[in-house]
Amino acid sequence: MIEVRGLTKHFGRFSALRGLDLTIGAGEFIALFGRNGAGKTTLLRILAGLSHPSSGKVDFPREAGIAPLYWRGRIGYLSHNTSLYIDLTALENLRFYAQLMDMPSDDDSLFRRIREVGLAGREREPVRNYSRGMQQRLAIARAFLHNPDVLLLDEPFTGLDQAGSEILKGYVSDAHAKGKTCLMAIHDAPLGYEMADRLVVIDKGVVALDVAASALSLSDFQQKYKFLVTKQ
Amino acid sequence: MHKIWAIFRKDLLVELRTKDTLNSMLFFGIVVLIVFNFAMESLRDSIRSAVPGILWAAFIFSGTLGLNRMFAAEKENGCLQGLLMIPVDRGIIYFGKMLAATVFMLISEFVIFIFSLVFFNLTVWGEIPYLILVFLIGTLGFTAVGTLLSAIAVNTKLREVLLPLILFPVVLPVIVNAVEATNIILNTQDYRALRLPLSIMAVFTIVFGTISYLLFEHVLED
Repeated sequence: MIEVRGLTKHFGRFSALRGLDLTIGAGEFIALFGRNGAGKTTLLRILAGLSHPSSGKVDFPREAGIAPLYWRGRIGYLSHNTSLYIDLTALENLRFYAQLMDMPSDDDSLFRRIREVGLAGREREPVRNYSRGMQQRLAIARAFLHNPDVLLLDEPFTGLDQAGSEILKGYVSDAHAKGKTCLMAIHDAPLGYEMADRLVVIDKGVVALDVAASALSLSDFQQKYKFLVTKQ
Repeated sequence: MHKIWAIFRKDLLVELRTKDTLNSMLFFGIVVLIVFNFAMESLRDSIRSAVPGILWAAFIFSGTLGLNRMFAAEKENGCLQGLLMIPVDRGIIYFGKMLAATVFMLISEFVIFIFSLVFFNLTVWGEIPYLILVFLIGTLGFTAVGTLLSAIAVNTKLREVLLPLILFPVVLPVIVNAVEATNIILNTQDYRALRLPLSIMAVFTIVFGTISYLLFEHVLED
């Protein structure tokens, strides 16, 4: 279980998070909704260890022998930034991250990863030559390279075509079926409703709605969501 | 250790593909030499006494250019966040980047030095081992601080201006002693006098390298 308590984050005078509380159960799939600037990305970045909160805390489970630092190695983070070096090939990018994550970095393992995201035959091309969608596919391979236990996905379907979206859905659904914890920020309400166990709406830096997906229909959720994001 | 090496190899590979950083460093360093070559025309007979200062001016300016580009490349596509997700002490990133900066700077120093032999009509055979030592220690001192400050400057809009502004005052002890040591080698050949400037540079590198390593984690996060 991951506990988020009283999380605040200020960027100058702007407060992206204002005392956000959230409990993320082990193996849960939470879809995060909210208008632009609501605090979704900020929350995910803090959970990923990429940003320090201004106040509040995030508690990761303390398991015997696992130092808090190493939770970083158990998190897979996928955002609209691909974190790919565009002058390196797909193979070189994955090899670099595999070496840093102490994962197999032999060509066979990496070729398999690249094939799984539908980029077979393009392994030795510089990422600079890839389309946006192809880069996002490779970013999926990068984010899942170390078989993370916690997936933090920030609008991960951005730039993906139908085939790429199906690949990502497959990865995420497979991970969820294996008991991995998933937190996904998404604007597509039907897709988030379909994939997630729990629906959380963040508005003005706090949780405005937190409900199990099974507790209400998609149309009810969309109504409530629309009300929350359009009210002043 | 292998992760430091992986970060260094990645930077080397990117540089071999693009030749972006090294070309800029070399070009700028050689231009500095050319400018000083013409500026010091009237002092042609005593130019050898000015060469240490000219050399290190070229090294420092080209090195600053290289440091600016070093982290700028990581900002592209959010690559820095990929590095921050690695489950290791973030000082590993510092050492990997410092190693890359040092190697690139030494390569450009070697080429700039060759050009200086031509421009200033220098003959330096017996002095080479001592010069290598001074260049190495001086460069390590420069990149030990420069890597940290480059990581700070990269998040600002005016990083090309900010980095020299914050870097030069801090590395002044290295520059002063590197020029002094180079002057001893080229002009006095009193090698016993090298002990003091080399010791100062070595201590500076160790102290500020340690401080930079400890601070690096806090510099990268927002």
